[in-house]
Amino acid sequence: MVEFAADDAQLVAALRAGDEATFGRIVDEWSGSMLRVAQIYVSSRAVAEEVVQETWLAVVRGLAQFEGRSMLRTWVFRILTNTAKTRAQREGRTIPFSALRDPARVPEPAVDPDRFHEAAHARWPGHWASPPTRWDTLPEERLLGEETRGVIERAIEELPPSQRAVITLRDVEGWNAEEVRNALEVSESNQRVLLHRARAKVRKAIEEYVEET
Amino acid sequence: MSTVEALSCQEIVELVTDYLEGALAPDEHARVEKHLAGCTKCDAYLDQIRMTIRLVGRVDATSLSAEAQRGLVEAFRSFGTHT
Repeated sequence: MVEFAADDAQLVAALRAGDEATFGRIVDEWSGSMLRVAQIYVSSRAVAEEVVQETWLAVVRGLAQFEGRSMLRTWVFRILTNTAKTRAQREGRTIPFSALRDPARVPEPAVDPDRFHEAAHARWPGHWASPPTRWDTLPEERLLGEETRGVIERAIEELPPSQRAVITLRDVEGWNAEEVRNALEVSESNQRVLLHRARAKVRKAIEEYVEET
Repeated sequence: MSTVEALSCQEIVELVTDYLEGALAPDEHARVEKHLAGCTKCDAYLDQIRMTIRLVGRVDATSLSAEAQRGLVEAFRSFGTHT
């Protein structure tokens, strides 16, 4: 953690010294997840791209004022969500904030209920009727191949925006739960619900792909 | 404790994320572990979820276009130093 803070201070110092390579690198590395976060608030990918660019320009202008009380990334994502919200308001878009605030309101089973025995089953209520197979017996390239990667990318693209943003930050970028909670201003439990649903859908997409003949 | 009803597989799949996140109360966590220890099917499901997490970690989120990135670096340059 200390090391991380030191890295962050170095990063900020490099940016303040006008280090273009460092700026270019973080723009490249962070913009993908920034786009997915922006898409929670605005209507299209194109508008999200504008929001992300606007955010970076605000970062450039605000660097001198950045006080280092939070991590640079946290600060950048705060500017991003504020920019995206403002843009959404201007678009006259009432954001489906409920997707962030109350995702559990609409139940969404992780696994198709048809794959379990009914609750009234005499012997095995709620137990697997059509169980998952073991993936560790599959040939490795089936899971690690380029095609599977494409399947996963498509599955993530097709997720509702809030689920897509959470799985991107957690599992693609490797952020911890608290960072995601802060960046998206969601409660701990809602963050988990969104992550749970996102992972379940990606799992299902992989399952359908590896098990088709 | 032993009077608590065992969890069904259908309940387990909904608890998997809370379990992996360490977000379950100790007794609930123990119930999940107990089920997993005796259920190869749910164990396979948990393995699939773990593999899913690993595989998702190998993809990249599509970034801004190279052109947009160049424009931003130019803006950064023209802004000069930032101290």
